Amino acid sequence: MAQLIKQGNVTVDTWKTLEIGEGETPETIALPAGDVIFPLAVWLARRNEIVSCHKRIGLLLLPDDKVEEIAADLEYFVVVAVHFPKFVDGRGYSTAALLRQRYHYQGELRAVGDVLHDQLFFMQRVGFDSYALKDGKDAIHAIGKGFAPFSETYQASTDQPEPHFRRRTA
Amino acid sequence: MYKYDAIDRQLILDRVEQFRDQVRRWQAGELTDDEFRPLRLQNGLYIQRHAPMFRIAVPYGMMNSAQLRKLAHVARKYDRGYGHFTTRHNLQLNWPQLTDVPDILAELAEVDLHAIQTSGNCLRNITTDQFAGVAADEIIDPRPLAEILRQWTTFHPEFAFLPRKFKIAISGTKEDRAVTWFHDIGLHLKVVDGVTGFTVIVGGGLGRTPIRGQVVRDFLPWQHILTYCEAILRVYNRFGRRDNAYKARIKILVQALGVEEFGKLVEAEWAHGKDGPATITQAEYDRVAAHFGAPAYETITTVDAAYQAKIIADKAFARWVERNTQPHKVAGYTAVTLSLKKHGVAPGDITSDQMEVVADLADRYSFGELRISHEQNVILADVKLADLADVWRVAKAAGLATPNIGLLTSMICCPGGDFCDLANAKSIPIATAIQQRFDDLDYLFEIGEIDLNISGCMNACGHHHVGHIGVLGVDKNNDEFYQVTLGGRQGYDARLGKVIGPSFSAGEMPDVIEKIVKVYLENRHPDERFIDTFDRIGIDPFKNRVYEGRAHGKAKQKEAA
Ligand code: SF4
Repeated sequence: MAQLIKQGNVTVDTWKTLEIGEGETPETIALPAGDVIFPLAVWLARRNEIVSCHKRIGLLLLPDDKVEEIAADLEYFVVVAVHFPKFVDGRGYSTAALLRQRYHYQGELRAVGDVLHDQLFFMQRVGFDSYALKDGKDAIHAIGKGFAPFSETYQASTDQPEPHFRRRTA
Repeated sequence: MYKYDAIDRQLILDRVEQFRDQVRRWQAGELTDDEFRPLRLQNGLYIQRHAPMFRIAVPYGMMNSAQLRKLAHVARKYDRGYGHFTTRHNLQLNWPQLTDVPDILAELAEVDLHAIQTSGNCLRNITTDQFAGVAADEIIDPRPLAEILRQWTTFHPEFAFLPRKFKIAISGTKEDRAVTWFHDIGLHLKVVDGVTGFTVIVGGGLGRTPIRGQVVRDFLPWQHILTYCEAILRVYNRFGRRDNAYKARIKILVQALGVEEFGKLVEAEWAHGKDGPATITQAEYDRVAAHFGAPAYETITTVDAAYQAKIIADKAFARWVERNTQPHKVAGYTAVTLSLKKHGVAPGDITSDQMEVVADLADRYSFGELRISHEQNVILADVKLADLADVWRVAKAAGLATPNIGLLTSMICCPGGDFCDLANAKSIPIATAIQQRFDDLDYLFEIGEIDLNISGCMNACGHHHVGHIGVLGVDKNNDEFYQVTLGGRQGYDARLGKVIGPSFSAGEMPDVIEKIVKVYLENRHPDERFIDTFDRIGIDPFKNRVYEGRAHGKAKQKEAA
């Protein structure tokens, strides 16, 4: 189990992620009750059904999934989880930046998968606000040091929409 | 040059502490080797054949004397008293201890040096023209925008884990000296109707699949460079291939989509970012540009008599002036290239003692600053003609005055199989053997300008594709062989060389080069450089000479008419 970091604490994760098993398809898979994070394919195939029986809906985006496809659906989601299959796969940063900056997604944006200490800073900058830190990693140290290794940032991003040069006083 | 302010400096100090903690966690087993690798790479640290190789950034090639003295000190204290300048404005140390690197970084930070993003799949060091700001043919000084780009690339949150490395080069002269056609993004500064901007080139690269870049936007006003680069990078980050490291560079994406389709994606993305907060303000440009103001040049109206007399009286000095100095914007000044291509020394290598000599020369004669060129030499950009004789004397005593800039022995050469894990073959011994063969200065001058570039493998760190003569190490049944290309060139008209034929053993290489040179000398018209003759007569005469008496490799006989 990953350790879910939110607002500087390790918290209990109430969400389950629906996994499409072998022999199952997005069209036929049984939809469990409770707080569920649905893969994009399931959401696209079963949207009405999901909306009718779930109050709180989560969405899982894989690196290949195009944010554009769900840009109009964002108000349905309480949480969007962006999956990092390997921490060196940086597509999720663009996904997050687009969700926040272009489509103004306001709900929880969660990094899941191979989420490690040294990526937390970048993740926070592009707009993530919860982090499923990989199991076995030191969450306390990550919370203490991982988010703010640098005291300032040059570029504009979700957490700081003005680049440093526009915030200079002198 | 740009002076770091409190923030710029703090970020480097923060980086040192971050890396110290990463090394600690790796040593404690909290980070696996695989988890640590990209982190150390983004701090310039490779694990190589003998030891880690550590790559220190010299952003857009500019350095001051205090920084060079610090490099001398670091190379002496933590390494074997020398370093190696690469083709991308970096200094490499070949023998440091991994556990010393946090301390090395801390020492470097004292003079605003660092190793941020000098390797790994991220935005790399920005490169430019070594004569930026002083070149007589300069249209605009690229350095302020290079510095603005440097800041933008530093710890960019969205682009820290790209499919592959990403290199940006920027040039502000008529004659492109920054190899901009062969970078992931190449920027040509120009002025159109009084507006300063760039031609934006994408998808160039040497390496395994050498491709000349293509123009994705003919003109982009300078204020938009960050938003436009963000658009390119976002398209690349999302859609660049990640399944195969050899197909992951942006050039493959651009080839797959076609530059027009790629350009459409970029423009669509840019439509969102254009005129946004990352648009560069005039105030920011002015702030940064103020750092690159002209130094306190003297007004010199007459040519120094002693200098003129020495040119006439001292042939060795005159030769050095001819080869190793460059026209300068300001009358009475010149840019001096100190050759790191002394015969018998690995090209680009410089000892700590030499670094200190250069630092002293810079302080005394060139406003305390120097530059590193992608040809792996050191430049003193603002030397008075009247001081040239003194500079020459000191440089000569330190082995830094080989008068071979632009000549055959001033070759570009990567570290190759002596140091680099990726190599197919050694490159330094080939360079040295060729230098020995062509050790006669009169002969070298007689041959004239030839770019000879050597890489130990297809990664092409030695830019072999764009050498007039290119040499590439290849593996043939576990033996080291060398493939030769002819006709490549850098500059605005940059082109890839053509393979001459089957590859050669190391022992054959000096002969092969000699034969190629002979064909040129026999065929050249007066005033033709090697490359001009090559363009006129084509590759066949070279093939026929080099493969004379062999079963394979000669040009096909043309049928008699
Ligand atoms: S060209 Fe190949 S051998 Fe030479 S330094 Fe680059 S990777 Fe190493």
